[in-house]
Amino acid sequence: MELVTPGIGLVFWTSIVFAILFVLLAKFAWKPILGAIKEREQSIEDALASAEKAKEEMKTLLSNNERILTEARAERDELLKDARDIREKMIAEAKGLATKESERLLQAARENIQNEKMAAITELKNQVAVLSIEIAEKILKSELSSDEKQKSLVNNLLQDVNLN
Amino acid sequence: MSNKIKTFRPILTCIFALLLCLNSSFANDNNDGAVAEPTHEEKFKPTEVIFEHISDSHDWHFWGEHEHAVSLPLPVIIYSDKGFDIFLSSAFHHGTHPYHGKYTYILKNDHIKVVDETEVVDDAATSKIIDFSITKNVASMFISVAIILSLFLSMAGAYKKNGIAAPKGKQSFLEPLVMFVRDEIARPNIGAKADKFLPFLLTIFFFIWINNLLGLLPIGANLTGNIAVTLTLALITFIVVNVNGNASYWKHILMPPVPWWLYPIMIPVELIGIFSKPFALMVRLFANITAGHIVVISLVSLIFIFKSMAIAPVSVAFALFIDVLELLVAFLQAFIFTMLTALFIGSAIEEHHHDDAHAEGAHAKHH
Amino acid sequence: MTVTGSIAAIGAGLAVIGAGLGIGKIGGSAMEAIARQPEAAAKIQTAMIIAAALVEGVALFGVVVALLGNG
Repeated sequence: MELVTPGIGLVFWTSIVFAILFVLLAKFAWKPILGAIKEREQSIEDALASAEKAKEEMKTLLSNNERILTEARAERDELLKDARDIREKMIAEAKGLATKESERLLQAARENIQNEKMAAITELKNQVAVLSIEIAEKILKSELSSDEKQKSLVNNLLQDVNLN
Repeated sequence: MSNKIKTFRPILTCIFALLLCLNSSFANDNNDGAVAEPTHEEKFKPTEVIFEHISDSHDWHFWGEHEHAVSLPLPVIIYSDKGFDIFLSSAFHHGTHPYHGKYTYILKNDHIKVVDETEVVDDAATSKIIDFSITKNVASMFISVAIILSLFLSMAGAYKKNGIAAPKGKQSFLEPLVMFVRDEIARPNIGAKADKFLPFLLTIFFFIWINNLLGLLPIGANLTGNIAVTLTLALITFIVVNVNGNASYWKHILMPPVPWWLYPIMIPVELIGIFSKPFALMVRLFANITAGHIVVISLVSLIFIFKSMAIAPVSVAFALFIDVLELLVAFLQAFIFTMLTALFIGSAIEEHHHDDAHAEGAHAKHH
Repeated sequence: MTVTGSIAAIGAGLAVIGAGLGIGKIGGSAMEAIARQPEAAAKIQTAMIIAAALVEGVALFGVVVALLGNG
């Protein structure tokens, strides 16, 4: 019974002591402590948020890089392809030109040869004619050098001529 | 840190010097006493010993018995119709002498009684005096308050100095406890307004916990196992809960969600509920802490009951085990008291609708 | 050896039986619940402690009555 009978003195002292303790702690301990904890939590939260943001930025940056790299690669491929095309075209063109030129040269050479040949033939003809005349002259001269010969010729000729 | 220790050191030295003086003066006093030595063949009464340990006392008893007791006398403050009487409890010489103040007082079973000229207890006069003495429990409470204040004021100082830097030293031990009260007790049970009640909950938690721990010390007082202390704490909770109770809290009590013809039953039940909750808080803390003390002392008493040293290792081992368990109980009871206080505050300030409560019940059943 | 004590002690003992059964049931159910849903362990523990405290409170009333009777 005595154990469960509260003493007034102790109730009084407990009330007073607890009230004082509460006021002192609330003002000088809990306020700064809880404030500091809250502040720290806020700063950690902010730091986390900014880290998250940085991560996000990094991600966009990375994807940008990726995109730029892909683009650059595509461009390079394009350029290479173009270059190859141009080279092939140039080679083809050069080939065409060379063939044409060589044909032209051949044609010219052939014509030249023909002309030379004609000229040579004409020259030869002329020479032959001159030579023939000279030979004929000489022959005539020798044939007609004596009277007998002239007579014989006339005879021969006259013989050939048939009086038909 | 070291500066603080330096400022505390003279105070500590003074306290210890005072203790030593008192002890030695008492020892002398006792030796000079003309009282005969108590008979050692006196039968050991465990109940008496246990009750002496868990009850409040007017002097802080360290060791020794009766006239050989070494104890720290505490101030006795008595208020009567004739005014205040203030004197040291050493005036009673461990209950053997009366003290002549405005009345004549004697100390009987650690209770102060008024006696008449023939040293017969005057019950009528005794019922008129109020004992406001600084008893062992009150002194222990002062010590606990000094410990709590020095712990948390220095912790607050560390926050002022370190700002929001990572906690160190005392901070890193106490901060998780503060966070525990905030995140595990206050916020889940009270909700959005939790931070408003946090200083109260923190104070009550650390007050109970530190006092529970001090009670476990060998010469400590059984403060939180005293019904007057738990009554006061429960009363404070009762006031906080009901002062903060909102309209829906009172509506739930005065107009419970039942058919009107059940009101004659339900309203008294709800009204009793208002009082039974803090009453349960009071009894729970008192009984748990007192029971722990009783078990520990009973186990130690076994040695004297069996009058054998052979039982000592067993009883010490069990007492140690229970003591370690009591460390857990010390925390658990502080936790439960604070938790239930938070729960009651939460239910008193919650803007609840009765449908929600029923839906919650159905939800729980569903699980 | 003679049996001594009061009838109040028997009352206290009966109160303890009730509380023991109640708290044992709460503890057992909480264990099962935690085994089923380990992720909800913290919440279950809190609810368990509250329920155990309420049961214990009733038992302690019995103990207090026993103490009152004990004088």
